[in-house]
Amino acid sequence: MIGELGRSLVGALGGLGDIGLFLLRIVADTPRALLRFDLIAKQVFNSGALSLVIIMLSGLFVGMVLGLQGFELLQRFGSEEALGTAAAIGLLRELSPVITALLFAGRAGTALASEIGLMRATDQLSAMEMMAVDPISRVVVPRFLGGVIAMPLLAAIFSMIGLYGAQLIGVQMMGVDSGSFWSQMQGAVELRDINEGLVKSAMFGIACSLIAVYQGYYADPTAEGVGLATTRTVVTSAVVVLFLDYLVTSAFL
Amino acid sequence: MGKSSTLNVGAGAFVLLGFAALAFLTTQTTNHGIHLGTRGSFYAITAKFDNIGDLKVGAPVSMAGVDVGRVTRIDLDTKQFKAVVSMQLDSKYNDIPSDSDASIYTQGLLGGKFIGLTAGGADTYLKNNDQIDFTQSAIVLENLIGQLVANFSNKGSDSSGSSGSSGSSGSSGSAPTPAPSPKPEKVK
Repeated sequence: MIGELGRSLVGALGGLGDIGLFLLRIVADTPRALLRFDLIAKQVFNSGALSLVIIMLSGLFVGMVLGLQGFELLQRFGSEEALGTAAAIGLLRELSPVITALLFAGRAGTALASEIGLMRATDQLSAMEMMAVDPISRVVVPRFLGGVIAMPLLAAIFSMIGLYGAQLIGVQMMGVDSGSFWSQMQGAVELRDINEGLVKSAMFGIACSLIAVYQGYYADPTAEGVGLATTRTVVTSAVVVLFLDYLVTSAFL
Repeated sequence: MGKSSTLNVGAGAFVLLGFAALAFLTTQTTNHGIHLGTRGSFYAITAKFDNIGDLKVGAPVSMAGVDVGRVTRIDLDTKQFKAVVSMQLDSKYNDIPSDSDASIYTQGLLGGKFIGLTAGGADTYLKNNDQIDFTQSAIVLENLIGQLVANFSNKGSDSSGSSGSSGSSGSSGSAPTPAPSPKPEKVK
């Protein structure tokens, strides 16, 4: 029993060490990969532009829900005008980085993990190695960097669309004064709030992309292994994102 | 080549959109940068207040509860030490009497401040760059409480002044009932 616990602890530590070393290899290969800029651009397109629809749709609905719930709550205190502030701060600081990261892990992370995992399973990575092409700098690093670049931008787009959704419900439907909505928001939101969202989404981008490429790269070269890697990507990403979210929030307060 | 160049265009467009969103967030949700103006025709008026509380630029100007304009600028008059509030009113409300008065009210319990106009009786109307002379400042809660306490202590000292007890300011605030108590309780 205790031995099993210890073994799983050692296993977890080993996994953490593996992923840390993997990150170091990626960082070491980054300058070389930056020279092949078209590869990174392709991955920005894959992880970013192709995730736009789901991000925008979710952002709109999250914003609209914020508008409805916030309006209902604030109305009890007769201060519906604070809706803009509530929606903006909620979105910028918390909702858009976290929800974008979770969606990103589901949409882009799984695609990365299964793609790299399939490359492993079909021996494409080994073939590259045989041709003296480093699969890390050719396959892994562009995908990692693409995710890291795409994630903060996706979060910013999420915030913008979410604010539009909150405004749609609050101002257009519930009749909150639009001047108060924006002016109270502008009075209360500071650059610091936007920074917090940016730092969070950048960290989530690094974490989600790293987990996805790691799980894919070290997937068992079987159909089952690729499936497991995809599942692990989503589960680990979600837990890590929420954990990091707590850390960054407490650091910013 | 064609495939990869459309990919690059897509990636570029995505990055551009992301940065546009970021620019929108930094300029439009905070009070940095230029805010998108409102369209339509307006005329500007100003009013001087002793105290505007936490009135903010963009706050509505209303008359009888109807939105007629917005606050556009808040300055301090360094000679009189009054707040100069510039606002723009919708041009379709161009027959507001020139002796109307402007007051600062609060929206709801925790809401922001807004300016309420009350019509006067003059035959002349407010024009562009006019100034409203009759103003009433925002009610500052601390001042109100201070006045209340002062009122109570005045009443206390009036009623107990005849009895000759040395009404200390500490006990008078907490004794709103004018019951004459010749022997004040011992305060430890």
